[in-house]
Amino acid sequence: MIDRKTLAQQFMSALPHAKALGLRVTHVGDAEAEIEMAYAPHLVGDPESGVVHGGAVSALMDTCCGAAVMSHPDSPGATATIDLRIDYMRAATPGQTIRARAQCYHITRFVAFVRAQALDDNETRPVAQATGTFTVESKTKDPT
Amino acid sequence: MTRKRPEPVQIVKQRRDAALAALAGNVPYIAFLGITFDRRGDELTAVLPFADKLIGNPVLPALHGGATAAFLEVTSIIGLSWAMLWDDLESGALSLDRVEAGHLPRLPKTIGLTVDYLRSGLPRDAYARAFVTRSGRRYASVRAEAWQDNRARPFAQASGQFLMPAQDG
Repeated sequence: MIDRKTLAQQFMSALPHAKALGLRVTHVGDAEAEIEMAYAPHLVGDPESGVVHGGAVSALMDTCCGAAVMSHPDSPGATATIDLRIDYMRAATPGQTIRARAQCYHITRFVAFVRAQALDDNETRPVAQATGTFTVESKTKDPT
Repeated sequence: MTRKRPEPVQIVKQRRDAALAALAGNVPYIAFLGITFDRRGDELTAVLPFADKLIGNPVLPALHGGATAAFLEVTSIIGLSWAMLWDDLESGALSLDRVEAGHLPRLPKTIGLTVDYLRSGLPRDAYARAFVTRSGRRYASVRAEAWQDNRARPFAQASGQFLMPAQDG
């Protein structure tokens, strides 16, 4: 049996946008995931400071939250974002890899609840925090 | 009563387009996503031309939620900056020379952003508009809506709070 991290990484490489952002799965556990995004010039939002654009952090958080939902033992498979709220506490330090850690802390038949943090090298001061809800859907189309 | 003769239309357009280009043209991430802005007077419509790299779910296929969030955030920031810039540009407080030399205010910083996904984004071009609900000296509140084929059927909406750049340089 291949481990979940390999499986998640394979799944991730099949997502063109995740690939374009250079996302890499570093950990997958029960209802949790960790994904990192290496610093790259095309992700910059403020050319003067070289700080990564908030949108790229959002995309990282969204992907990581989705991965956490899919790795929940009660998740039947596919998921899509219903809503995602992100608070940006500080600018990520230019040049550093940004790591997102997400946890799916509750799941019902139709909705999964997730929270996540984004960190750079300074792990004591998170860059951003997110909370979101995701759909819970089986891989096969619901007959209803 | 004498009235100042209006400027020739080309000059007005040139100034406005140059300001818009300077505002959005230097941000690498906006270029990476391929976002452009369509201007009609002071109204801006952000355009996200479809590209394979924007796909999240290759089976459907559907736009990645992160790409959608980023599109709405970019639309909000540029929309807010543009609204801020417009008055200075029209009054002549900000001249074309200064704009072209890059003397533009820094972009607002996102404090918080909430994105609601209303339906899945199709593999088509997407459009978005920002509406500045409140813009103060320090904080601003912006709402944005994104749609594809049908303006009345948005596929995502966002509401964000922003920290305004310092007023004098």
